[in-house]
Amino acid sequence: MPDTFLDSTELVLNMGPQHPSTHGVLRVILKLDGEKVLGTDCVIGYLHRGVEKIAENRTYVQFNPYVDRMDYVAAISNGLGYCLAVEKLLNVEAPPRAKAVRVILTELNRIASHLLWLGTHALDIGAITPVFYCFREREEALKIFEQYCGARLTTHAFRIGGLQYETYEGFERDVREFCTMFLPKVDEYEELLTNNRIWVGRLKGIGILTGDECKEYGVTGPLLRAAGVKWDLRKAQPYSGYEQYDFEIPTRENGDTYDRYIVRMQEMRQSVRIMEQAVEGIPEGPIMGKVGKVIKPPVGEAYVSIEAPKGELGYYVVSDGSTQPYRVRVRPPSYVNLQALDKMVRGALIADVVAVIGTLDIVLGEVDR
Amino acid sequence: MADEQNPGGSEAPSPPGGEGPKPPAKPAADAAKPAPPKPPAPPKPPATMAATPWDSDLARAVKEQFGDGVLATSTYLGQDFVVTKPESAIPVLEYLKLEADFDYLVDITAVDWPKRAERFDLVYIVYSFPRNQRVRIKTQIQDGFEPRTAISVHLTANWLEREVFDMFGIRFAGHPDLRRILMPEDWQGYPLRKDYGILQQDVRWVQENLGIESGQ
Repeated sequence: MPDTFLDSTELVLNMGPQHPSTHGVLRVILKLDGEKVLGTDCVIGYLHRGVEKIAENRTYVQFNPYVDRMDYVAAISNGLGYCLAVEKLLNVEAPPRAKAVRVILTELNRIASHLLWLGTHALDIGAITPVFYCFREREEALKIFEQYCGARLTTHAFRIGGLQYETYEGFERDVREFCTMFLPKVDEYEELLTNNRIWVGRLKGIGILTGDECKEYGVTGPLLRAAGVKWDLRKAQPYSGYEQYDFEIPTRENGDTYDRYIVRMQEMRQSVRIMEQAVEGIPEGPIMGKVGKVIKPPVGEAYVSIEAPKGELGYYVVSDGSTQPYRVRVRPPSYVNLQALDKMVRGALIADVVAVIGTLDIVLGEVDR
Repeated sequence: MADEQNPGGSEAPSPPGGEGPKPPAKPAADAAKPAPPKPPAPPKPPATMAATPWDSDLARAVKEQFGDGVLATSTYLGQDFVVTKPESAIPVLEYLKLEADFDYLVDITAVDWPKRAERFDLVYIVYSFPRNQRVRIKTQIQDGFEPRTAISVHLTANWLEREVFDMFGIRFAGHPDLRRILMPEDWQGYPLRKDYGILQQDVRWVQENLGIESGQ
């Protein structure tokens, strides 16, 4: 009796797909010993819509709105990546005015995406307050999108070759007001969380990924930077005129959940810095480059990637010379980053799984495509 | 927007002037004579990517190291790629990682060319942090060929190869956990193959699991 009493039994627990802390329809099968995680298996694909298949059956222009539906909290980044990839195939560039507006909207979208991450991540950990504050400020960003293109989430803001719309009257003013308003708010969030004992206790030392492990697993974005690798595609291979702006790549050393929180908070400040510079000198001029009515890239292929809020978002587009892409492969940061979940939670407690899923900042629309 | 999206509308988009070969107007003299049986038109050479040779220290080193295993080193739109024989892809990947610091496997994907004998293009994209350079490794494989898994070189290949298997039915030899990842596990068919129609589905699976006649 005492022997069997002391024996531990493994327990398989199903978490999700309908679970508030899995941020959508992610199902994680956990193998547990008491509260300790022995292993995980992710079951994904609940939101699979066959985006890459759809691309092969639409024209280049028609496919443009579909990309917004992948990472739907950062639709503008998705659109930018796709437009840049097709522009690369066509060998055209967006005019300077379009580039500047693209940068402003993409950075605004990065802030909106990070705010959603912060609010829900804190909520998962048990801090109720930040989510209300975050959504309050995110609303201001979404209002600018709405004014600009009529949509708040799936914006379809850019067009292959430039911009869908000219900026509206008062766009610069709104962006400036957002910047002035937003910086003190970041301090406010930090006041709530950064030195909060519960927050620090739940986050420090949890879900550690070193820089080498990140590279091994292909993990990019804030996760990589929190592990001390100073790498950001906006600096490493600038696109859309990012080389003109003065900003820093925030990094940390420990690669734990807490450091990733700090890195993302810093990134929001840097985004404001970029927007402030960009909005000061939006050049005059056309918003569309020299792109024909019918988009028909020559036979060839190109891989173009951008620094999306979640990491490296890449598009590998193959053209057979017709008006429809022959193949569009999306390299989704969420999908690749999620793979590291098992590594991050092995040996941790079940409550840490919630923290780690939060810190991964995945969007299941992008994981499943 | 609206002007570009009316397929089947009254004004079908016409290519701008000069683009696309116009049917040549037949000379009138020809029409009088009985037309001689036309020699079968020589098949148009398929348009190919206007890639140029990629010449650099790295390209030369890879060529030297693998000899016949490397078929070409090319560059297109400023993006470099190495075309290898199927069995050399993983050794090249390994060589690039160990000898040239390409320690980040960005992506693995495939492209289906059903009319070609080697049906699939298998594409590996690698990036080097110290060099700030991205290189693609491409190889053409036949349907049924089982390429070696890249997991021994890059752990991230695990899910990437599972997705390629799921979508194209390419099996990776030595993969420890080659299951479908996005589609249901018992789904029949490989959706991203070109012969898989966009409306096609595994009707049996849909009926059994969803309790409806059809997913369309």
